[in-house]
Amino acid sequence: GPDPLITEKQDWATGLGDGVDATPYGLPIKYEDDVVRRNVPWLTADPISSINFTPIHALDGTITPQGCAFERHHSGAIELKKEDYRLMINGLVDTPLVFSYADLERFPRENRVYFCECAANTGMEWAGAQLNGAQFTHGMIHNMEYTGIPLRTLLEEAGLAAAGDLKDKWVYVEGADASSNGRSIPMDKALDDVLVAFKANGEALRKEHGYPVRLVVPGWEGNMWVKWLRRIEVTEAAVESREETSKYTDTLADGTSRKWTWVMDAKSVVTSPSPQSPIRHGKGPLVITGLAWSGRGAITRVDVSKDGGKTWETARLAQEGQNKALTRFYLDTTWDGEDMLLQSRAMDETGYVQPTKHQLREVRGENSVYHNNCIQTWHVKPNGEAENVEVS
Amino acid sequence: AANASVDYPEVAVTHQKSAPVAAADAPAPQDEADAPVRLAEAHQARTTASDASHITVPTTMPEVSTEAGRFGLGRAALPEEVAAWNHDIMPDGSNLPVGSGDVWTGDEVFAEHCASCHGDFAEGRDNWPKLAGGQGTLADKDPLKTVGSYWPYLSTTFDYIRRSMPFGNAQSLSDDDVYAITAYILYSNDLVDDDFVLSNETFMDVEMPNAEGFIVDDRETTEAHFWAEPCMENCKGSVEITMRASVLDVTPDEGEDTATSEETGPPVEEQAAAPQAEPVQQAAAEEAAPEAQAGASIDMALAAEGEGVFKKCKSCHQVGDGAKNRTGPMLNGVVGATIGQVEGFKYSNDMAALGEAGRSWTAEDLNAFLEKPKDFLKKTKMSFAGLRKEEDRLAVIEYLKTFQ
Repeated sequence: GPDPLITEKQDWATGLGDGVDATPYGLPIKYEDDVVRRNVPWLTADPISSINFTPIHALDGTITPQGCAFERHHSGAIELKKEDYRLMINGLVDTPLVFSYADLERFPRENRVYFCECAANTGMEWAGAQLNGAQFTHGMIHNMEYTGIPLRTLLEEAGLAAAGDLKDKWVYVEGADASSNGRSIPMDKALDDVLVAFKANGEALRKEHGYPVRLVVPGWEGNMWVKWLRRIEVTEAAVESREETSKYTDTLADGTSRKWTWVMDAKSVVTSPSPQSPIRHGKGPLVITGLAWSGRGAITRVDVSKDGGKTWETARLAQEGQNKALTRFYLDTTWDGEDMLLQSRAMDETGYVQPTKHQLREVRGENSVYHNNCIQTWHVKPNGEAENVEVS
Repeated sequence: AANASVDYPEVAVTHQKSAPVAAADAPAPQDEADAPVRLAEAHQARTTASDASHITVPTTMPEVSTEAGRFGLGRAALPEEVAAWNHDIMPDGSNLPVGSGDVWTGDEVFAEHCASCHGDFAEGRDNWPKLAGGQGTLADKDPLKTVGSYWPYLSTTFDYIRRSMPFGNAQSLSDDDVYAITAYILYSNDLVDDDFVLSNETFMDVEMPNAEGFIVDDRETTEAHFWAEPCMENCKGSVEITMRASVLDVTPDEGEDTATSEETGPPVEEQAAAPQAEPVQQAAAEEAAPEAQAGASIDMALAAEGEGVFKKCKSCHQVGDGAKNRTGPMLNGVVGATIGQVEGFKYSNDMAALGEAGRSWTAEDLNAFLEKPKDFLKKTKMSFAGLRKEEDRLAVIEYLKTFQ
């Protein structure tokens, strides 16, 4: 019969909605309240030093809204006013300098879109399929348009003549929070594309992402993107801080560990269908979609397999891949209602191909914790539900 | 969109040419002109996949402007300002402050400031990091990474304790206390004897067992085979599912909207390594509820939950028969009692003053204090960061009510 939603007069078509200013800064409508960051409580001792996950299974496009972009804090998200903000450059520079926030606004600035991925993203999956949802397996990532000053501009303002030969020099960066999360960055990267950013997606950074100023280290692990950035020191060597020795190092099968594994390898994941985004419409037209990214540059191709890697089809990129930014891919297909073992495989402009978990384990063993960029498999069942699995 | 994919070369040189620079002049056209060069390099890399030309880090150092102070922005940092923030200790021990501390002093300081999370013997509590043990386990299935088994440089330990610990009260320790704690952690790892004194002079004498255990990122060579044209058809024979996430069932419950939540329970112990720590062991909630002493006004189920939460408080506070003051005052009868009046405990002046003004620990005040102690009273001696969850605070207050 006729649809009452069409044939009957609805309240929303007869009454009035909210006036302007009902929400001076808007939140998503209540019907979307399941699209939120979530954490895995058993992962860490305390939410103050923990991580949560971007709901990538429910987003589309490539830009991550700040309000649901994953958070990682080491000593909690602090409140630091612009007026109280100071940025120091010291060490091997001609003149150690202090900048206020207002000073930073007077330097020439740039806009760049970059992904930020935690080195531990997918880390819980090394030893086996564990968490059932793209949000939990791959949600330690976000992708924003940053407004900021090239770090090299600030280093040049302080003067690098005092540093002598720059080839073996480093930059040590730290935050204003209690963890300070100091990290060492080689000078060539510091002078290449690192930004001192104060806006994301057009608005001020959120508290949880380092308001008022954070570092953006394109393509490199998220831990280096120091939040509440307060100090930049030019040094002779790497400081070898806690977060670059005891953490964020990759232990191989023989017990030795890789350090300075900064670049995030090319990676992709099908975000829908996936365990949190099952197929509800039955067989027929189906949009398979996901995200791909590479710390080495632009994504050039994404292939999708429905049979666990036996055969592959090349997906459609929504836009040409951008340097060190998320790329959205689509496979517009027809589902026959049968089981699928869905996988995606990214390639970047250097020719790197996202490996299988088996290939990674052959080189790295199962204890790496960090930098797991393996191909992910979702088992989509005839009822449309999906599960995180591993395949032979 | 055109310049979003452009790498960032040579801007300083551009500025030099067009000085004086106004903000609107930045990104100069030269940026865009460089883009095809970068792309061409990338294409070349793709065709010569077996060598190291796909390296991400630029192999040539970008040129740097020699014209310092071009914008004249910022001000010179004063020496005392640099000294106040410049704390990093290098692996060779440079920048260490003058000072010293011995193992036994470290034992006491550690018990007071560190043991509530890291355990009396640095063995770790709940999910908090273990600082001792694990030597020889790095090639095992689940390696135990501690200061003794994993950390390559002692400077890292000293630097981190001095800048970031104790959790919730960072930078409160004297340099001598940091030396002492570091000495105690070394002792807990059997790396020094009990008469050892760590100082800026003995610092470099300590040998860290895993100092040689690290190699610099070698993915470009050991994983060079990942740069290869991939298979598209007949890539495998049969495909079998070898593992399912539902077997472990450790995904947080999301409600009925998803397909993940049939059976929930505590995570099993043999699951994969988490980024930071092992899964929580759910002992707390199972412990027996405390004996009822104050009758019907106490929600015993909530109090039982509070007993679990109170584990966080136990290293500093005692309750029950024979409770004594330790780092913090004993807490028998605290709910409703006058603030700052436990006999024999030395409160901060401000805390004592609240009690002298006649204020008592109402449930509201306790709730506020436990949420963020230093917001409630800036100069409280309690270094605990606070209980973020309202439910935890209410539970622990209910638990304290059982000790009237």
